[in-house]
Amino acid sequence: MDQILISPERCLGCRSCELACAVEHFPGKDLFLAVAAEEPPVARIFVETDGKTNFPMQCRHCQQPQCVNACMTGALRQDNETGKVIFGQDKCVGCWMCVMACPFGVIVQDWRQRVALKCDRCPDRDVPACAAACPTGAIRFMPVPDYSKEKRQRYLTMFVDEEGQND
Amino acid sequence: MKMSLDKKTIDRAARQMLERTRADGVKTVWDRLEAQQPQCGFGLLGICCRNCLQGPCRINPFGEPSRGVCGADADTIVARNLLRSVAGGTSAHVDHAYEVVEALDKIAKGQIDYQIQDEHKLKAIATKLGLETDQKDITTLAGEVAEKAFESFTNHTSETMGWLAAWAPQERIDTWGKLGVLPRNADREIREAMHQTTMGVDADPINLLLATVKQGLVDGFAGLKLATDIQDIIFGTPQPVKAETNLGVLKADHVNVVVHGHVPLLSEKIVEWCRRLEEEAKAAGAAGINVAGICCTGNEVLMRQGVPPATNFLGQELALATGAVDLMVVDAQCIMPSLINVAQCYHGEIVTTMPISKIPGAHHVPFTLEEADQQAREIVRRAINSFKKRDMNRVQIPEEKVPIVAGFSVEAIIGALAKINAEDPLKPLVESIKNGAILGAVGTVGCNNVKFTQDLVHVELVKQLIANDVLVVATGCSAHALGKAGLLHPDATKNVAGPGLRQVLTAVGEAAGLGEPLPPVLHMGSCVDNSRIGDLLIALADYLGVAVKDLPVAASAPEPQHEKALSIGTWAVAMGILTHVGLPPHVLGSATVSGALTGQPVESLLGGKFYVEADPVKAAEGLINHLKSKRKALGL
Repeated sequence: MDQILISPERCLGCRSCELACAVEHFPGKDLFLAVAAEEPPVARIFVETDGKTNFPMQCRHCQQPQCVNACMTGALRQDNETGKVIFGQDKCVGCWMCVMACPFGVIVQDWRQRVALKCDRCPDRDVPACAAACPTGAIRFMPVPDYSKEKRQRYLTMFVDEEGQND
Repeated sequence: MKMSLDKKTIDRAARQMLERTRADGVKTVWDRLEAQQPQCGFGLLGICCRNCLQGPCRINPFGEPSRGVCGADADTIVARNLLRSVAGGTSAHVDHAYEVVEALDKIAKGQIDYQIQDEHKLKAIATKLGLETDQKDITTLAGEVAEKAFESFTNHTSETMGWLAAWAPQERIDTWGKLGVLPRNADREIREAMHQTTMGVDADPINLLLATVKQGLVDGFAGLKLATDIQDIIFGTPQPVKAETNLGVLKADHVNVVVHGHVPLLSEKIVEWCRRLEEEAKAAGAAGINVAGICCTGNEVLMRQGVPPATNFLGQELALATGAVDLMVVDAQCIMPSLINVAQCYHGEIVTTMPISKIPGAHHVPFTLEEADQQAREIVRRAINSFKKRDMNRVQIPEEKVPIVAGFSVEAIIGALAKINAEDPLKPLVESIKNGAILGAVGTVGCNNVKFTQDLVHVELVKQLIANDVLVVATGCSAHALGKAGLLHPDATKNVAGPGLRQVLTAVGEAAGLGEPLPPVLHMGSCVDNSRIGDLLIALADYLGVAVKDLPVAASAPEPQHEKALSIGTWAVAMGILTHVGLPPHVLGSATVSGALTGQPVESLLGGKFYVEADPVKAAEGLINHLKSKRKALGL
């Protein structure tokens, strides 16, 4: 199962992911139509920055999701097969317990419906819209072991380079 | 997602070369478009601003932030960006025009080795400018016309630009005057547009749109019209000429020189020197020297010298992929920097010639009017030298070449019509429009854009139009596309045109002694020659005693790419013409701006507006309905 994995050092803060996410959750899935819509779509990914590091954040679909534990109506549940944390809007009563429980702050308020809103990992797509829209590869949809291996390789390269310089 | 060949282009020669570049791993514009996907939504909508260092800012089209750091909202940012783009296109044409005026001035002063080919046009233009022409020798008159032209670029008063005042219909001048968009001079208006859009100046989207209209007028009169007029004086007014087009015009046994860009000052000299150095080429083992053109400098030398166009904008890399181009000499505009990489993979040298247009990896010959002959000779000799190094085993020239007839200046069209009615040449055309044999006219102009299947929108749109008895005139890369598809040829009148149009074109062709009909699409030249279309419309409106905006005519840039297409389109709309574009400019981030351009606000003020439609069949339907509504309003 691929995961949305971030390489923050590659994020230039262009917010293309936010735009793509909003458009993907618009019925026509078309930027130009979405812009003209009376009710504009809402993004479920957020590029945050501390001034040095940019970080696109969205629901991490945790294995032990605290939002699911906190949800009293069962609007939030974990799919056994995919591990995705799924949100059923019809059951949401807008109590915001999930918002408070989520350690990442990536469950937000749909201000029109007054219910919670979060990443659904784009059920109509093979690759989530945010990852597909990212021009630098800061957001990728890939297996966790591959990401880890890449990181190990990069560490190795840095290590060898430093060793080389010491010669 | 890989795009299939038939989605990339309808041009078979281009497909053959694309197969070759794919097999050889050579990247082209189509690969680069793919690598750019997805393209930035903020950019597509025109809601990013980089005009100050507090930015870059972008507006969230779906919520907050709705303002940039300075407080500019989407409407302001979109309108500011559009004005800057249109000013960019305008400056390209005005700069082009300035160079040819400079040449005329130097001819008058006897400083350069160029001649005045069309004294008749010089006198006609001088008369229109209010100059006394009797008892004056040609060089004196040329100097005076150049002086008047310079005043349209830069004057020290707030009077209306002279070239506009002399040629625009009074009805338009009144309309533009009321809107406060009459330009004073080109340099001042372009400068003002940069000032108006810099941080902390104009925030009013409507005021910015009016300034954009003003840029369109600068482009139309100090860019297009001025460039065409002076080029005709120096190089001659085009007359119909037969040629062939597409990559098959390259010759394996010849030295192949390709001229690419827009300004004929250099390409005319290159053509001349290719003829003069024929013997040197033969001594090098070639059968001769073959010149072919790409983009609008190709159109210029096609119309006046019969030089065959090799391809249009999107095919420029593919011409090099034949391995048969020994040298490609470029001036300015629409030249892809990637030409160097393709030339390195196959064959040929890229020569840049202008101080403002250099490419790393190209050989640069600084072209000057004073030493044009020496430089053109040097460039052609480099081509002969390059031919010697060509690997004949790697030459692969597609067979496709299509016969065309080009070079329909207004003078040539009126000349052909005068064969039917010498006293009243416009009468036969006007009568044909009145009696409905010709439904109306559409000018298709402008670029290729890699976001479309190359040439598809041009060709399918025009096929629909001519089948419905709409006369089409074409310039630029649109004309090339239509030429490659066989629509610049009398056979298309027989096979594609509707019965009314066919009958008229056959009658004119026979009367003009051509022995065949006129083509259903009249090639009127390069992009700056859109002014010829403007001249024709002004003449027709004048003849009928109506305004241009009331004529059953429309304009179309089916596959627009360049900022110049935006400035030309703005001029067309300002003239009162419905202007179709195959895709919208980057304005959809502001409903105020996009709504104004395509709707009632602009139409009620100017008579014309923009019309966006990507589907060629639907666009043809839209344009035909427009022509019908204009006919109805005229009581036809």
